Amino acid sequence: MPLEILLMNTIVPYSHVLVLAAAVFFLGAACAAARRNLVMILIGVEVMLNAAGVALVGASLRWQHLDGQALVIFIMCVAAAEVAVGLALIIYSQRRTGTLDADRYNLMKG
Amino acid sequence: MNLYGVIFYLLAFIILASTAMAVTRRNLMHAIVYLVFSFFGTALLFYLLGAPFLAVLEVIIYAGAIMVLFLFIVMMLEINPAEEPVSSYLRRWLPAAVLGALSLAAASSLLLFKAGPPLVLPLSAASPLEFGRFLFQRYWFSVEIVSFLLFVALVGALYLGRREG
Repeated sequence: MPLEILLMNTIVPYSHVLVLAAAVFFLGAACAAARRNLVMILIGVEVMLNAAGVALVGASLRWQHLDGQALVIFIMCVAAAEVAVGLALIIYSQRRTGTLDADRYNLMKG
Repeated sequence: MNLYGVIFYLLAFIILASTAMAVTRRNLMHAIVYLVFSFFGTALLFYLLGAPFLAVLEVIIYAGAIMVLFLFIVMMLEINPAEEPVSSYLRRWLPAAVLGALSLAAASSLLLFKAGPPLVLPLSAASPLEFGRFLFQRYWFSVEIVSFLLFVALVGALYLGRREG
């Protein structure tokens, strides 16, 4: 392969970035749906937010505009806030019920 | 495919493999450490896609702060490893995996098989200075709102985490 092709100033088609983001997103969604542990459910949500960030950075490069990158900053802030409150809630519910298993929360069951 | 394409597919493989390992581990510690790998890969991907500042933030916030918070919580709670049998584990994963795979197939066929030549991403990068100027000129109000959101989250976490009585 000649060096010019090897060092061409292009990366990959934009759709490949979107497919990667979709794959990571669905991994996170499957994790949030299939796991019973509250911590793993929160991790699934984190993975989904991260996938949204990948898609937005790719879009920012695609349209040569910084709006996408600015949105990623806000996604990171929301993820940080969500993790702080989510983990506090996990500790709280573990103190209240003594378990982290989402299936054991059946206080309302008649 | 040129050099940057090779790097992209390598990073995509790292991200997908480590995320898949993370979401299927039964030990929480292992899942979190695999997720750190995934976030490092994402940070490198951000750097490749022209966002060096976001790459640094990804390492600091996601791989650093958030994952360390998860590790602390997991150590604090002394979670005993789940005793559920492998069969119920698989039965639980089956619908989620099938639905996820179907959604991914639908999304990729929509995205990949489109008429016309594919739009190939150019190589460029936004310097942190440029990005910071843009953020505080165009989105200064959103930055204020988000800082308030972080403050509310801090108060909420403190309130929920306090000792009873």
